[in-house]
Amino acid sequence: MKTTDTPAAVPAESGAPVDRGGAPSGGPRKEKKEGTTLNVFSHGVLVIWAIMVGMPLVWAVMTSFKDDAAIFGSPWSLPDTLNFGNWSRAWSQAHMSDYFLNTVLVVGGSLVGTLVLGSMAAYVLARFDFPGNRFIYYLFIAGMSFPIMLALVPLFYVVDNMGLLNTIHGLILVYIAYSLPFTVFFLTGFFRTLPTSVAEAAFVDGASHTRTFFQVMLPMAKPGLISVGIFNFLGQWNQYMLPTVLNTDPDKHVLTQGLVQLAVSQGYKGDWSGLFAGLVMAMLPVLAAYIVFQRQVVQGLTAGALK
Amino acid sequence: MQHGKYRFVVGFLAVPLGLYTLFVIWPFIQSIYYSFTNWTGLSPEFSMVGFDNYARMLDDDIFWKSLQHSVMFALLVPLVTLGLALFFAFMINVGGRRRRGGPAITGVRGSGFYKIVYFFPQVLSIAIVALLFQFAYNPDSGAINSLLRGIGLDSVQPLWLGDPNIALWCVMAVLVWSTVGFFVVLFSAGMASIPAELYEAALLDGANRSATFFKVTLPLLWDTVQSGWVYMGILALGAESFAVVQIMTTGPGGPDYSTTVMVLYVYQKAFRDGQAAYATTIGVALLVVTLAFAAVVMRLGRRERLEY
Repeated sequence: MKTTDTPAAVPAESGAPVDRGGAPSGGPRKEKKEGTTLNVFSHGVLVIWAIMVGMPLVWAVMTSFKDDAAIFGSPWSLPDTLNFGNWSRAWSQAHMSDYFLNTVLVVGGSLVGTLVLGSMAAYVLARFDFPGNRFIYYLFIAGMSFPIMLALVPLFYVVDNMGLLNTIHGLILVYIAYSLPFTVFFLTGFFRTLPTSVAEAAFVDGASHTRTFFQVMLPMAKPGLISVGIFNFLGQWNQYMLPTVLNTDPDKHVLTQGLVQLAVSQGYKGDWSGLFAGLVMAMLPVLAAYIVFQRQVVQGLTAGALK
Repeated sequence: MQHGKYRFVVGFLAVPLGLYTLFVIWPFIQSIYYSFTNWTGLSPEFSMVGFDNYARMLDDDIFWKSLQHSVMFALLVPLVTLGLALFFAFMINVGGRRRRGGPAITGVRGSGFYKIVYFFPQVLSIAIVALLFQFAYNPDSGAINSLLRGIGLDSVQPLWLGDPNIALWCVMAVLVWSTVGFFVVLFSAGMASIPAELYEAALLDGANRSATFFKVTLPLLWDTVQSGWVYMGILALGAESFAVVQIMTTGPGGPDYSTTVMVLYVYQKAFRDGQAAYATTIGVALLVVTLAFAAVVMRLGRRERLEY
């Protein structure tokens, strides 16, 4: 329900000016003036912020098509010619293709793992009474507010001792572990809202607990899984701190690390245009996906914050 | 539903809980233990040193600087972000021109468009945003200074990230820029669920727009604002401030440690200077600051919950 769509409940058409709000002493003219001023003002600030958000992004796209001379000479002018060479240089020579592949592998693996393991734990915590249930639940929740960097110092050596340092599967396991707190928190709440009768019926019909979960409960939980899945996808795709600490091998770099690496090394080589092409290359797929799945993305990202 | 219940519970919990304990809980416990040792991280040998690391920390000027900056991150960034977001959300939802015979309260035209655009930065990685602004802030060829030159302000050419007096503000502004949209959308959803009758009643009683904001909207949104503050503060103390400071400022940590934050200092001590034990000590301080921050915001913000 939106305020903007709600039909008027007050007798706005009754003709009495005082019913139309505004200052009680003001007649229709004064009221109209206040409305117009406010309208101009609110549109003004909203447009300014929209420009402030949009400009840097537009600037980056423009810059990614220029050659280096134009980048330094006239940063705000439109590119004279579209230098697609920047893009191909960034894709192949600057290893953007490798970074993309690594990111897809890591995020693909950890997203599936997070959803499977997270929903298993959340289901058990939401639906079964057993000693320690609350303790385990709060143990998971606590992970949301602790500063991760504190754990990363010993974690580096834990991961190293297990031979998982600088490996894709090691990174996947760590991503899953750090995504579990929010996932468990969100899905526990979600499973609690699902009706119990369906699961009981399946159970009476002879399905095992495991089967009930995978064939009855998971399909019912699909909306929740989509929300938390989008949340985790963006969080893991955009992750920077975990790979910076645990994934120091340049061949295994994910996109965010690769770009930062690129910024440092292109600085020496002076290939700024290639770097901007890389930046835009990394930005566009996520922005495009957001525009297409706008409603779901907003729902997924704000799901946890609204009760 | 009792048959085989415990076997099922254990079977389902074992892997997620095991993974979580091994990679999250256990390292946390370890790092508190390590903060009382002289472990370098480079060799497996170390011994207990009691509170030496903590005593050293209290004498460490850079630590105090980083603490000060982190506290500013946790207090100012959410304050400005949430303030702007509330203002924009209110404008989007309530600032519209009243059409004849329409509802007393309307959103501006194109409110959907604003919400889409404002949300853009939220889907980008903070690392990408930081890189983008590092170039935008470049004193010679960056977007900001050349824009200033373009509109005739040739004399106003700050060094931005190179100036120790403003570098921290530049970095904080980037976090604000990237997060405002998220809260605009969040607050818009909250405002949309406030019944229109409440606004209408307030307007009938002669309240102007700003009074309706402070007397109707804000109190009803208070829970969301408060949890938003805690959420944003934890991010600004941790992962987000790490990314922006580490990527954007020279050193990293800025000229004359002007942008060093606690989370970056932990990282540098552990993985650059080979002082893992001291790093965990600063990490423990960061943990204390984070928990204290959350407790203070929750306590100060406690109000009677309004049902509607």
